[in-house]
Amino acid sequence: MRTYLLPEYIVERDDLKCTRCKICIEQCTYGVHYYNAAKNIIESRSERCVNCLRCVLFCPVNAITVRRNLNAYRENYHWTYEFIASIKRQAELGSALLSGMGCDRPYLTFWDKLLLNACQVTNPPIDPIREPIEIRTYLGRKPKILEFKTGDGDIELETKIAPDLCAETPILFAAMSYGAVNLNVHEALARAAVECGTYFNCGEGGLHPNLYKYSEHIIVQVASGRFGVDLKYLNAGAAIEIKIGQGAKPGIGGHLPGEKVSKDIAAVRMIPAGTDALSPAPHHDIYSIEDLRQLIYALKEATEYTKPVAVKIAAVHNSAAIASGIARAGADIIVLDGVRGATGAAPKIIRDNVGIPIELAIASVDQRLREEGIRNEVSLIASGGIRNSADVVKAIALGADAVYIGTAALIAMGCTLCQRCYTGKCSWGIATTDPEISKRLNPEDAYKRVVNLVRAWNIEIKEMLGAMGMDSIESLRGNREQLRGVGLTDRELKILGVKMAGE
Amino acid sequence: MSVINNCIKKLEDNAAIIDANEVPYQQLNMLLRKLSVNGIRTVEIYNVCGQRYIGTGLKAPLEIKVYGVPGNDLGAFMDGQRIFVYGNAQDGCGNTMNDGLIVVHGDVGDVAGYAMRGGKIFVKGNAGFRVGVHMKEYSDMKPIMIIGGKAGDFLGEYMAGGIILVLGLTGEEQRDEQSMKFVGVGMHGGTIYIRGEIKCKCMGKEARIEETDEYDLCLIRDLIKEFFTYFDLEISINEVIADKFVKIVPVSTRPYGRLYG
Repeated sequence: MRTYLLPEYIVERDDLKCTRCKICIEQCTYGVHYYNAAKNIIESRSERCVNCLRCVLFCPVNAITVRRNLNAYRENYHWTYEFIASIKRQAELGSALLSGMGCDRPYLTFWDKLLLNACQVTNPPIDPIREPIEIRTYLGRKPKILEFKTGDGDIELETKIAPDLCAETPILFAAMSYGAVNLNVHEALARAAVECGTYFNCGEGGLHPNLYKYSEHIIVQVASGRFGVDLKYLNAGAAIEIKIGQGAKPGIGGHLPGEKVSKDIAAVRMIPAGTDALSPAPHHDIYSIEDLRQLIYALKEATEYTKPVAVKIAAVHNSAAIASGIARAGADIIVLDGVRGATGAAPKIIRDNVGIPIELAIASVDQRLREEGIRNEVSLIASGGIRNSADVVKAIALGADAVYIGTAALIAMGCTLCQRCYTGKCSWGIATTDPEISKRLNPEDAYKRVVNLVRAWNIEIKEMLGAMGMDSIESLRGNREQLRGVGLTDRELKILGVKMAGE
Repeated sequence: MSVINNCIKKLEDNAAIIDANEVPYQQLNMLLRKLSVNGIRTVEIYNVCGQRYIGTGLKAPLEIKVYGVPGNDLGAFMDGQRIFVYGNAQDGCGNTMNDGLIVVHGDVGDVAGYAMRGGKIFVKGNAGFRVGVHMKEYSDMKPIMIIGGKAGDFLGEYMAGGIILVLGLTGEEQRDEQSMKFVGVGMHGGTIYIRGEIKCKCMGKEARIEETDEYDLCLIRDLIKEFFTYFDLEISINEVIADKFVKIVPVSTRPYGRLYG
């Protein structure tokens, strides 16, 4: 069938600069560039280009430019390029369209409508360079009251503290499974977690034997497919996370296509190589909050009550009520993944149309748990599209204890958000398990970039806290008085629990 | 600890007897873990009444005899221990079990053997819904589950490996199409054998019926022989072996192959 799809990007090459070194041909995993020996020039099949910028950045003479195709469908306000192109594609393929990364539709990003407070005259700001500002974050169940024993002038804590996580920053690395990404990515994130004193979630595809040495900084995940889950795995992690859903595909299971299930991945997932690795949409032993409690306590029994158990859900319409149930089911941490949360592969229609923004979910869940008097029983992790340190600070002011970053960590490593993770051809060597392409991601280099990113954000978080006159991130948690809204309706402000700027 | 120690009725050499009457599951399981690491190798537990997770999280070999009705998730994540239940078991029996043996002298509830990747489960009576859901095999690990009676709907759902054998010894209901619908729905690995007939209408669309060959019959014979070593049954072993068996296998190991583009 002749394709009616327009090339989305056009690759231009400055032939005067081009030295025919063929690096672009080697670097492109989508087969865009080829050498025309008869003419002694390098040519491009623009229709294959995904604008991942690999060739642009690796061309030693900066000869390549990738630009959007100016020949566009005759789009209008209602029928945009994307909708027209999707229909043409589906008319040719007859299948549901896949996509990678998070929802890119122009729904309101509330982070950009929230502004932070700062001290002026009547209360002094703190300079983080000369005064310590504490950003250490404990995640887990907190006691309602603390009781102390006194005697001989010593004061001792009598209350037993439940097992928890101690992170030196409120930034943790979100779940990305071995299979969705390769071992180099896992190693880089695990090492970065160790260096930053934080945690890396290994996702639902099991934990590679080489990474068990970092397990004090690893959160192990249990999803409906139960891949790689045995006693050794459960006891290796610093915490266990039950994955109910993810922001990119709420209510949808996952499947790693058979061609990505290589020998290594099959061994870590403990399944036969070459078969589809299916994570059914529900856990078939969980159809209720009571059933969730059963799995939470099965995991606690399996680890002898030594580790906090987290439950991750996608932010959906009734998240607040669900979160209340999760807290009462015995979870120590609740992870909320908003509509911008990313994925290695999801049906595009789900990614772009299901779920709610994380800002609203965090605010309503925090509010609900406070009203019910059980906020101390769980920690909240906000996840899904956290782009910079201001998003982190705003999330914490709205009521989160910490955030997960996934996309941001990958961008630090090299990801350019081309959204083709599901093809397994990631030219940056991230969302691929091809042994050759995976070599492009050097774990040593990637780990340094991620560590640098977290270090940079930590500095900025301290700057923002200091400006608000706070010397501890604890003082910011759920402190919505430090936020003001701009360009939001009364109802939006009410749900966020935030005043209008000027009030 | 005193509550725990009070329920130990006998403790000698490497064996213990426990009265689980009104002992909360956390304490019962803590006691089992403590006994097993201290060299106890067999434990008989009496008056079991709904205590969950029996056999979970044990790190040393142990044989557990359960008298009464154990609660949900019996042997969840179990790794090599052996459990004999003289009564019925509830839901989630053998959940994500890695290795070991569970023998139930009664019925089991729903999702028995969920995501089980090794070991064996033998059930004398009937099993509930979604039994063997997402069972998987890997390397030299191949889980096996034999149901003496009938199984509920969605048997072997999402099954990715291992063997389920349903003998239908508790009556003719198992052969009635109403009693077992959607067998092997989402199946992409493993094998299900059912004694008797199964109507195609009952099948999940990802599973298909295949003729049994000599290898299958040999395997079925061995499994039935093993099954008979655990239970006293009215029917003779030869009578069961002589019967016809239906073999159910996945249509493809890639059920989602053409869904997405």
